[in-house]
Amino acid sequence: MSILIKSGRVIDPKNKFDAVSDVLVENGKILKIAKSINADAAEKIDAKGMIVAPGLIDMHTHVRQPGREDAEDFHSAQVAAAKGGFSSITAMPNTNPACDNRGIVEYIISEAGKAGIANIFPIGAITRERKGEDLAEIADMKDAGVVAVSDDGCSVKNAQLMRKALEYSKMFNVLVISHCEDLDLSQKGVMNEGLISTVLGLKGMPSISEFSFVQRDIELAQLTGARLHIAHVSTKESVAIIKQAKKIGIDITCETCPHYFTLTDEAVKTFDTNTKVNPPLRTKEDVSAIIEGLKDGTIDVIATDHAPHTEADKDVEFDAAPSGIIGLETALALSIAELIDKKILSYDEVIKKMSFNPSNILGLTQKGSLSQGAAADIVVINPDKKWVFAKEQIASKSKNSPFIGRAFKGCAVITICNGKIVYRI
Amino acid sequence: MIWTRKDLLGLEDLSAEEITLILDTAASLKEISERTVKKVPALRGKTVVMFFVEPSTRTRTSFELAAKRLSADTLSITASASSLQKGESLKDTVKNIEAMKVDALVIRHSSSGAPHMLAKALSPSIINAGDGSHEHPTQALLDIFTIREKKSKIKGLNVSLIGDIMHSRVARSNIWALTKLGANVTVCAPATLMPPGIEKLGIKVTTNLKEAIKGADVLNVLRIQMERQKDKFFPSIREYTMKFGVDLEKLKEAKKDVLIMHPGPINRGIELTPEVADGKYSVILEQVTNGIAVRMAVLFLLLGKKK
Repeated sequence: MSILIKSGRVIDPKNKFDAVSDVLVENGKILKIAKSINADAAEKIDAKGMIVAPGLIDMHTHVRQPGREDAEDFHSAQVAAAKGGFSSITAMPNTNPACDNRGIVEYIISEAGKAGIANIFPIGAITRERKGEDLAEIADMKDAGVVAVSDDGCSVKNAQLMRKALEYSKMFNVLVISHCEDLDLSQKGVMNEGLISTVLGLKGMPSISEFSFVQRDIELAQLTGARLHIAHVSTKESVAIIKQAKKIGIDITCETCPHYFTLTDEAVKTFDTNTKVNPPLRTKEDVSAIIEGLKDGTIDVIATDHAPHTEADKDVEFDAAPSGIIGLETALALSIAELIDKKILSYDEVIKKMSFNPSNILGLTQKGSLSQGAAADIVVINPDKKWVFAKEQIASKSKNSPFIGRAFKGCAVITICNGKIVYRI
Repeated sequence: MIWTRKDLLGLEDLSAEEITLILDTAASLKEISERTVKKVPALRGKTVVMFFVEPSTRTRTSFELAAKRLSADTLSITASASSLQKGESLKDTVKNIEAMKVDALVIRHSSSGAPHMLAKALSPSIINAGDGSHEHPTQALLDIFTIREKKSKIKGLNVSLIGDIMHSRVARSNIWALTKLGANVTVCAPATLMPPGIEKLGIKVTTNLKEAIKGADVLNVLRIQMERQKDKFFPSIREYTMKFGVDLEKLKEAKKDVLIMHPGPINRGIELTPEVADGKYSVILEQVTNGIAVRMAVLFLLLGKKK
């Protein structure tokens, strides 16, 4: 199967390429990129006026299988991913059972592979059952195919155990992804602590519960020399701490999510449980700092933290609702609306943070670029297409998004995964 | 001024005119409770359901009597006797009640925003009888009704709210309404029970009881919620009483005609000494009496003109 994509603006941050060109795909690989290619391809795509980029990679996805297949499963997550322009996603280990051993890793790889719509890369737990007590078999999971380890959803509370996790992971070159939250400070909190939580009478989670652990884990990364990636950065202090750490050469990376550069805790005033997320939506100052961090390069990655929850689970009292919002189908459009259209980042920079940087951090050498011979994971973006994020059209099994009803300009119109067209508008 | 709202969820959204309309309506309805036949037919044929998912005696009884004195049919459901115990969701439980064609639902819930969620999904009028630490509009309205009755005004009065401000829905509703009506509001609590950012609501914030009492026209003393003691907001009840309990000695700093209010239930000897709770400044039981008038007014405004 060969595909020829004609006359699109090809943006490939890894190769510092940005020009109107043709792209030829054959046998699941990028065969050639040139000003003009005349080939007898089985599929010809006219991409005039479109952007052709490496398929997006989400390094923070909750797929919910095994355990909560009513909220999402491998198939629905892949469909949602492809619709959002992602050709690769990850599977965070907070499933039931948790992904903390080779058996579950192998199950994810073999089951997820069957759908063949988007690549799913498993992330293993740092500790057994994500309990924060004993290390999981990190080396064995690495051999089985995990791209990182994380207890996402919880911090590893015990600093000594976190130190060991970093030391141990370093030995096998495994990336550690840290969910930074001091549960003693944030316990029972359901939103950001501040004026809005005071007005609403909801228990707040202070910024310090996040950034004190960002500081701790960076210190541990420096001590151990291990590779650390900070998940879902949401506070201005976290951005400042990470910026400083990078400046002195500590080997860390970090991500934020579209909701942290789009919404503030004001959104919670409706008591809409789709605004309940962890870390919580913060203040205007935090949003500004996140945007600044994206701009100056402190924040490497835009990830979704796609966290599906059923309507039955979400349509309850605010205190009782689970945290999380879906993001695969809106991440690109929100990045276009909030970052590109507002002249904060260029297309090249957004694509870098949503494709090349995640591939680089996760060590996916075949992904995240349009290099000759790389996997043919490609997204074709129509930057002018107007659309509305309607609930009825959500591909994810879960509909928990605060962006339902929002009008957007720009979206993926074709997604290609391993040389196969997996989504087309 | 005409009432147009379907629900009474809180006082944050109400205008000063709307608040005054409720207070004026309450004033005209108050005498019904003084009659030998304490009943008017204003809400005959209407059904009002009290749905209390959190314990309450005063508020529930008050709403029930208010509805009955307006001739509405009432019934009361408590969480322990409802199908919430069987795992039914709040929304499903209430949708079933709605299907029985009721006109109003008075709800108390331990989660902030629960009445708001229901108001969006249901057609009967929803009256918030206290949601989490968020709002308790009828309590604040009866507090202010009592102040207005005694002082003939609200504007310019110095009103201090004392106690667990962080967890108090009574405090929040009072702050909204009192500031809209032009009172000078002070809140006083131990620093550990003072919610962040509250000073941005246009009020004075202090952790010094003396400052809160000095020159006050009204002290509204809140209950210390004993069940929160396990979270260690202060070292002991004894020390709380020493520093934040109101006694006759500390009261000397207040104005001579100060009003002592309390939303109940009182922890005698903790936030108020018995001499203060039962003394000449206390209007605590008058608050309870006025509660019926205020709740009659709310029910009447919400349901009176409904076809």
